[in-house]
Amino acid sequence: MPDKPKVAFYWCASCGGCEEAVVDLAEKILDVVAAVDIVFWPVALDFKKSDVEAMEDGSILASFVNGAIRTTEQEEMALLLRRKSKVLVAFGSCAHLGGIPALANLWDREAIFDTAYRTTASTVNPEGTLPQVSLAHNGDRVHLPGFYNTVRALDQVTEVDYYIPGCAPTPNIIAGAVETLLGGDLPPAGTVLTPDIALCEDCPRLDTKPQELTIERFRRPHEVIADEGTCLLAQGLLCMGPATRSGCGHLCINGNMPCTGCFGPTSKVRDQGAKYLSAIASMLGFEDEAAIDRALDGIPDPVGTFYRYGLAGSLLRRRKMTPVDA
Amino acid sequence: MDKPAAPATADGWEPKIVAFFCNWCTYLAADLAGTSRMKYAPNTRVIRVMCSGRVDPQFVLEALAHGADGVLIGGCHPGDCHYQSGNYKALRRFRLLKRMLLAFGIEDERVRLEWISAAEADKLRDVVNEMVAQVKALGPARLGTPPEDWAVGLEEEADEEVEGVTV
Repeated sequence: MPDKPKVAFYWCASCGGCEEAVVDLAEKILDVVAAVDIVFWPVALDFKKSDVEAMEDGSILASFVNGAIRTTEQEEMALLLRRKSKVLVAFGSCAHLGGIPALANLWDREAIFDTAYRTTASTVNPEGTLPQVSLAHNGDRVHLPGFYNTVRALDQVTEVDYYIPGCAPTPNIIAGAVETLLGGDLPPAGTVLTPDIALCEDCPRLDTKPQELTIERFRRPHEVIADEGTCLLAQGLLCMGPATRSGCGHLCINGNMPCTGCFGPTSKVRDQGAKYLSAIASMLGFEDEAAIDRALDGIPDPVGTFYRYGLAGSLLRRRKMTPVDA
Repeated sequence: MDKPAAPATADGWEPKIVAFFCNWCTYLAADLAGTSRMKYAPNTRVIRVMCSGRVDPQFVLEALAHGADGVLIGGCHPGDCHYQSGNYKALRRFRLLKRMLLAFGIEDERVRLEWISAAEADKLRDVVNEMVAQVKALGPARLGTPPEDWAVGLEEEADEEVEGVTV
């Protein structure tokens, strides 16, 4: 079957949920397998890096890369797949905008190594050995990937053609994207392959969102039993709907949990966190500074809340490691 | 009469401050400072907006990410907003933005909100001079992660090969 288009899957700094999402296509995956040749998928198939290297440049139709870029190895693989593929797709939140791994950009390499290899209670490391890129072992030289100071989204490493957002992408989004790519009528490069509207706009609870929404107290999900039919923002829960792209099928809302923003912003938003900050601060029902500050105490972790999936892809990208009193 | 602007640092670096001034109060104060021939630090790049409530937090981050060392937002005093409540909206956003910026490691003095009426040219001069001096003392902001910072620590590591470590 030499004529079937070739596709590849790869994972970088990710949890494996995106691979799971591909399997979650269930019987639809048979349609995908019937239509394409999977030439590389380390989690499921036994092809090696050398097999990819042996391919002609541009011979893969599409590579779906999930995960953020944290190490030199991930960067190398991203560049290799870019070279071998006509279309490179950032698959899932981490490849799209940095995802959960990018929250580590609130620290630097040194602080992360210190925690992971020195100070945690479960660590036994009397010699203080830290990960090395090269070391001698039993007469051989062992090489390991280097660990970057900052986590990057895929498009901060190489050119990306399309984005499939989500943590993890939902089966309907994946199936739709694969159909689009195989259909040949390709959207403009840089397109996020989901509807370009905010989650609120097609939210099943939209009718219960007040025209002039005023919030007096922010509540975290464990502090309240949320009403199942009412706008979660109106109940004081930090729902990211106003600043997040739709297309997920409102899975979290239907589970009575606020949106956490995994689909990233719409194309009209430059910075998801700042836009959301703007929206909810406007809704706060106070005019004097002390009352405003008391209400804001209900948001204990603004960066972790507003940039849960998008710190690497945000305007500031990472924390500046200056000691300030937060 | 006018306090001198803070002196330049030894290497000649001067902070860049992006200033968003509302059309009805702070921008007029800047205008008055000009027609009154007041002298103050020339480090602000003023952007006139119709209201401090128009200042989207994205503007502040965009300025910082593109090389601003500080951002100053100027609006009408509480109760004086031309649009009734735009300055309160600015205040609410600012209070939350400040919390977030601290978590980003951005020093308190770099982003500032001030109420300056059309008559308060002297306050405008003093605020700008003070802010420029403070930001100058902090040094360049260097935000938005220049690409060379992505790999910090890796170069040295590649040079220093560790011998005899058992895995």
